[in-house]
Amino acid sequence: MEQILFRHNKPGRCVTFAEYRAEGGFGALKKALSGMSPDEVQQAVIDSGMRGRGGAGFPTGKKWSFVPRNLTGPRWLICNCDEMEPGTYKDRILLEANPYSLVEGMVLACYAIGVRHSFIFIRRGYEQAAANLRQAITEATTAGLLGENILESGFSCDIDVHVSAGRYICGEETALMSALEGKRANPRAKPPFPAVKGLWGGPTVVNNVESLANVPYIIAHGPQWFKDTAATSEASGMKLFCVSGQVANPACFELPLGMTLGEIIDGPCGGMRLGSSFKACLPGGASTPYFTREQWNVPMDFDPVAKAGSRLGTGGIVVFDQNTCMVAATLNLVKFYARESCGWCTPCREGLPYVVHLLEQIESGQGSEEHIAILKEHVQYLNYAFCALAPGAMGPVDGLLRHFEDEMREHIVKGKCPILKANLPQRHRGTEVNNAG
Amino acid sequence: MITTELKNELQTRIASAITNREAAVDVMKAFQAHYGWLTDEAVVEAAGLLGLSPLQVEELATFYEMIYRRPVGQQVIHVCDSISCWAMGGETLLGHLSGVLGIKPGETTPDGLFTLLPCCCLGNCGEAPTLMIGDTICGRVTVENASKIVTPLLF
Repeated sequence: MEQILFRHNKPGRCVTFAEYRAEGGFGALKKALSGMSPDEVQQAVIDSGMRGRGGAGFPTGKKWSFVPRNLTGPRWLICNCDEMEPGTYKDRILLEANPYSLVEGMVLACYAIGVRHSFIFIRRGYEQAAANLRQAITEATTAGLLGENILESGFSCDIDVHVSAGRYICGEETALMSALEGKRANPRAKPPFPAVKGLWGGPTVVNNVESLANVPYIIAHGPQWFKDTAATSEASGMKLFCVSGQVANPACFELPLGMTLGEIIDGPCGGMRLGSSFKACLPGGASTPYFTREQWNVPMDFDPVAKAGSRLGTGGIVVFDQNTCMVAATLNLVKFYARESCGWCTPCREGLPYVVHLLEQIESGQGSEEHIAILKEHVQYLNYAFCALAPGAMGPVDGLLRHFEDEMREHIVKGKCPILKANLPQRHRGTEVNNAG
Repeated sequence: MITTELKNELQTRIASAITNREAAVDVMKAFQAHYGWLTDEAVVEAAGLLGLSPLQVEELATFYEMIYRRPVGQQVIHVCDSISCWAMGGETLLGHLSGVLGIKPGETTPDGLFTLLPCCCLGNCGEAPTLMIGDTICGRVTVENASKIVTPLLF
């Protein structure tokens, strides 16, 4: 299968600068700076139909086009590598294998938008990825591919690496800008949108690592080529799917967008682990409503996944087997969000701990029918939160209510969790799991 | 007190930032590395370097998971408690480490060697369950091999 982002990967180590260049790396930058206008670069990305790979799925080229062209003063590009959504680790895998596509993609994006100074905002814990990026930036600068007067084109830009100190909300683009400015990372009101008024009040584009790293390949091979790498005619490009949970081979794969969930799990993931059968999954990270066996044949692409009642999100697929209590799984997810809430707005700060309380009641066998009704109301209410964190937190709750209401009710009727977790051995890779259910 | 050398290094970092505050996280991390945790003294010193009030530094320090405003052990063990690790036995692992070290999550061993902290997703979900000791990520940690990871650090 053709690989885009993983094409330069070397087994067990990071690709070197020399190897990346010898295999055609930085060719797209040369092509753009010697023969394309910034608008042509932007147009190619628009024509490719690539949708942002960070979770929201907004078309990348279109986002660039919202930056007003006639404003004076600095404008900014931020690469969002604050990959803290549970179940998501694709950006780390990419940057540990190859930081150069991102560097090249960022220079191309800076050229298209007219940015002199850009940032990579990277989470705590990704020290290896940050080290790779710093080295790649030094190498590219020394080779004249970054910094002053790149490839003697007259265009200059540079990249700063900012390593955060660990907080999920920093991945929300307006909170990220606050964090980068050295302020407490509370989200900001939109509008004004970052493209008009963002970092230090200047026009700002925030793109995910994977989106930016794809840009060189769109420029080098053309928008149509990129589009055609997808599995369906509606989809565009390849996607990094990072899989975890009870599959035989949990890893990060670059696959054509539009492959079905079943094809991904039974194909590269090698099916379920011995003794496990598929019960449900989070299709795109911790904030997405569950998929069950009913969605097995849904193409994993933005619109089909949305039509099937969830979101493609980050492409982080977390798979649960028959021994997983879905109430307990949802409780774990909402606890995460309650803890990571920045506390800025009341629905999120007060609402999420209340949802945790309700789920705890049900899980421990103390729940009642009324709790289910209140949870349903809260799926609606938390849409009134200031940013997308709280609605995201309610994604799995929404999925729980739609797919597993019977399982919730069983907890209430039996007065305890019907799934015998306590009897299960600790689960880890390579160990056979007893079927206790 | 930090060394003049570190002070100069941090002043250079601050000078290269677009605004002083932009360097705040880097400065807090440097102070934490120096003192072991972000002491009250460090908050005041960091504020002085950044041109912020101690309160402004405090509101940043308390925001981040990896900035410690209380003393921690020489080694901080972060055990991921997010969904992928949970599904693969993360709770059992945290309970086991708690037993091995004789402390509850959030506590430090009496000899000051280890602090055990649950933490949010470490981005190593394919190799769950995961923990991080200092800056080192360890994946596929089981009850059987957890002690092997922790014990060498005791000597």
